[in-house]
Formats: sequence, C-alpha cells, structure tokens
Amino acid sequence: MSQPLNYLRETASQTAGPYVHIGLIPAMAGFDIFEKNFSNVLVTPSTQGERITLEGKVLDGTGSPLRDVLLEIWQANASGRYNHPADRSAGTLDGDFRGWGRAGSDFDSGLVTFDTIKPGGIVDKAGRKCAPHVNVWIVARGINIGLNTRLYFSDEEAANAADPVLNLVEPAVRRKTLIATRGERAGKVVYSFTINLQGADETVFFDV
Amino acid sequence: MNAQAPALQDPRLNRPEPLTPPLGDGGFFQRDRSIHPPAHAPGYKSSVLRSPRQSLLSLESSVSEITGPVFGHNDLGPLDNDMIRNYAKDGDPVGERIIVHGRVLDETGRGVPNTLVEFWQANAGGRYRHKKDTYLAPIDPNFGGCGRALTDDTGYYYFRTVKPGPYPWRNFVNSWRPAHIHFSVFGSGFAQRLITQMYFEGDPLIPVCPILTTIPDKDALDRLVAPLDLNASTPFDSLAYRFDIVLRGQRSTYFENRTAGN
Repeated sequence: MSQPLNYLRETASQTAGPYVHIGLIPAMAGFDIFEKNFSNVLVTPSTQGERITLEGKVLDGTGSPLRDVLLEIWQANASGRYNHPADRSAGTLDGDFRGWGRAGSDFDSGLVTFDTIKPGGIVDKAGRKCAPHVNVWIVARGINIGLNTRLYFSDEEAANAADPVLNLVEPAVRRKTLIATRGERAGKVVYSFTINLQGADETVFFDV
Repeated sequence: MNAQAPALQDPRLNRPEPLTPPLGDGGFFQRDRSIHPPAHAPGYKSSVLRSPRQSLLSLESSVSEITGPVFGHNDLGPLDNDMIRNYAKDGDPVGERIIVHGRVLDETGRGVPNTLVEFWQANAGGRYRHKKDTYLAPIDPNFGGCGRALTDDTGYYYFRTVKPGPYPWRNFVNSWRPAHIHFSVFGSGFAQRLITQMYFEGDPLIPVCPILTTIPDKDALDRLVAPLDLNASTPFDSLAYRFDIVLRGQRSTYFENRTAGN
C-alpha cells in the first residue's frame, strides 16, 4: 500500500451534437438571444497586423464536408504574443485582439471562414523559433472528444522547415496536412485549408 | 428514495483542501484518454466516418497550449445565466423549474476562477430551438435553451432553467437520449477546452444511451450524472442539481505567484 495521490479525474468528454449552434452560435440555430455574441471575426478596425481570411472545410471518411461542424481558433497576435498572462514573451500585446474566434460551417456548403490577422512567429520555452500558426479545435456530432490541430502558412517555407512541432510529424509527407495555402480574392488574402478526418491524407491531430 | 441513484460523483470533489499544484514547467497533466470516449465508437454510428484513424501526435505543452482566451463580465448580459427569463416573451417556459450549480475544478481540486461556462439544451418536451430539429414535440415560445456564466473566484457557477425532456434520434430505430444539458468549458489554457453533457440522477435512459455508453469507464460515466441537491433547492420554486466539472491540472512554474490561484 502507499499513500493515496488524491488527484481528481478529468470530466469525460461528450459529443457537441448536431445542435451545438444553439449554445455557441445561436444565430445559426435560427434565433437571437444574447446581447453580445462571439463570432468568426477576430479583428476590429484597430487590430494590428495583416488581414487574412482563413477558409476551409472539414471532410469525413467519404470526402464529404461536415455541414454541422464547429471550429474554434486560438492564435498569437501580429507580434507573436498570445493575449494571456501565461505568455511572458517579448512581443507587444494588442488590446484590440483577443486572438480567439469560433465559426460554424455553412449548412449547405460546409465552408468555414475566419476573418483574422496573420500571427507572428513565437518563441518556445527552449528559445526555439516556432513558425506562425493558428491552433484549431474541432467539435461536431460524431466527434466524441474535441480534435486539436494547427494551421501553418504556405508562404512561411523557411520558418515551417525549422518549426519544432512540424518536425515531429512523421512520416514527413503528412506535414502538408497542416499547411494552409495562400491566395488572393478580390484584393483580399485568403488562406485555404482542408481538414481530412480520415483517409490517405488524414490531417495530423495532436494530443496536447 | 431511489436506491439505484449513483453516488455523489467522487466525494473528493467537494473536499475543502485542494492539492498544491506540483512545481514544474507550467505544462498540463497528461490527458488520461482511457476515461474519455474513443473517437471511433461504432455503437454511436455518427462517429464511424468522423473519427481519425491515425495516432494522435503527442505534444508537450507549449505557450500555444497553456494560454487560451480570457473572458470577462463585459462579454455577458445580465440574463445570460437564467434560461427561465432570457427568452421569455409572454410568460415562463413550461416545465420543471431547476437550478444547476457546481464548481469548475482542476485535477488538483482547485477552483478554476473566471472561466466561461456555456450550456444548451432541449425544452421540457425534448425539442431544440434549432432549425434542423424536426422532432414533433412543440417549440416553447418562451424558451431559447441556451445560457452562459462566468465562474466566480472559487470556480463556482450557477444557472436556472427548466429540466430538458428526453427525445428520439436516428441511431438505432428506437434510440432516445436521456435528459441532458450540454456544457462547454474553457479553463485557463486552450488544452483544457472541453465539451461534455450533464445527465440527471435516476434517469432510466442513461444505461441504454449509445452516446453516453461510448465512455469506457464506469466511474467516469457516473461523474456525468448530477445528483438531486435538495439543500440548494428553493422551497415552492425550484429543485436543484449539483454538477462539478473537472478540467486538466497544471504544473506551476517558478515564475508564478503560487498563492494567486493560477
């Protein structure tokens, strides 16, 4: 026998279900209830940084888009700093950027979009430079526990090649599943991504 | 009294003295996935095509995981934690009036302060106010079915609602969800992000629910079942249920003021 450790156990996850919008994005469920709502727009006019749109789909094992999925993103600001007291890095805080947003996929097309800024690179505890990235969390009917992944940027080839997390991904061919592709539409920068839940191009998901 | 009622979760949930968080690198405790439902759980058919098949890549906590969005009272409205009033048009919603309350804790037993808790549910007849829900039970004109609250300095939250009804869904031909309330919780770091569901003590649908039974660990399942809490009930007004939620624990760092509850 030994002394008991007496840690509590984490509460078990359960699926967000098909009606997740009611609680998290009520306007998508079809009604208006809160005075203030969270959204997929992370920027205000005074947010610093390059405006970008993140646009993509989450595909199931048949390649069909999930049309009832909800994504949240969490990212650093343009100078690579998270708006949270545990980030003690040298970057400058931007009071006009929380760094978090949520979006439901379109009920017809499955398209998910965020209006945000491109984050700066961050420095990890060991002092290594990490490529700019956006942290993504995915929930939906049929997803029993939220899925964590990341989006990196296609125009950051050198930084991506040196990124300590991307370099953990083996085989290396899977690293491309984490890269959003830069493009332009009507003068706006759009990064496109596809998250594959299954199949030969299954996206890399993290146990964080 | 119902002799089959599950015990009050883990009795340590309510113990007064939390553990001191271990001094370390500021990372989260490794998630024990054996108490969570597996991604691929064939009895819950929707999970089959929506479950990753490759191994998850394990990452030590970095600044991207130990940070997360910070919310404040400015994000909320005054009625957000009152589902009896926050969508009332010409009266109160139909149903059994209940209070749901509890604490958001971490694995050391410390309260998680000032964290956002969101909740949503069907009405008393088991119908969601959602354009995709076509169940024949009626919409309640006075019930929206969603709310949110910020925990206080001790991790305590509280809201008022009506008890949701069970409802049928397409899995097997006669699958019914037990009465439940969905919860979304943030914690202080994005790696603590959690969505779960709260069930009600004594519900006979609990042991036959294809979603609830995706949880492989009996104790973990029991911890999702809220006991009736008569002490918190308001006489001649509302019954109460107690639901504590545990998020992952975290090592502290040399830089932290360890008495500050962070």
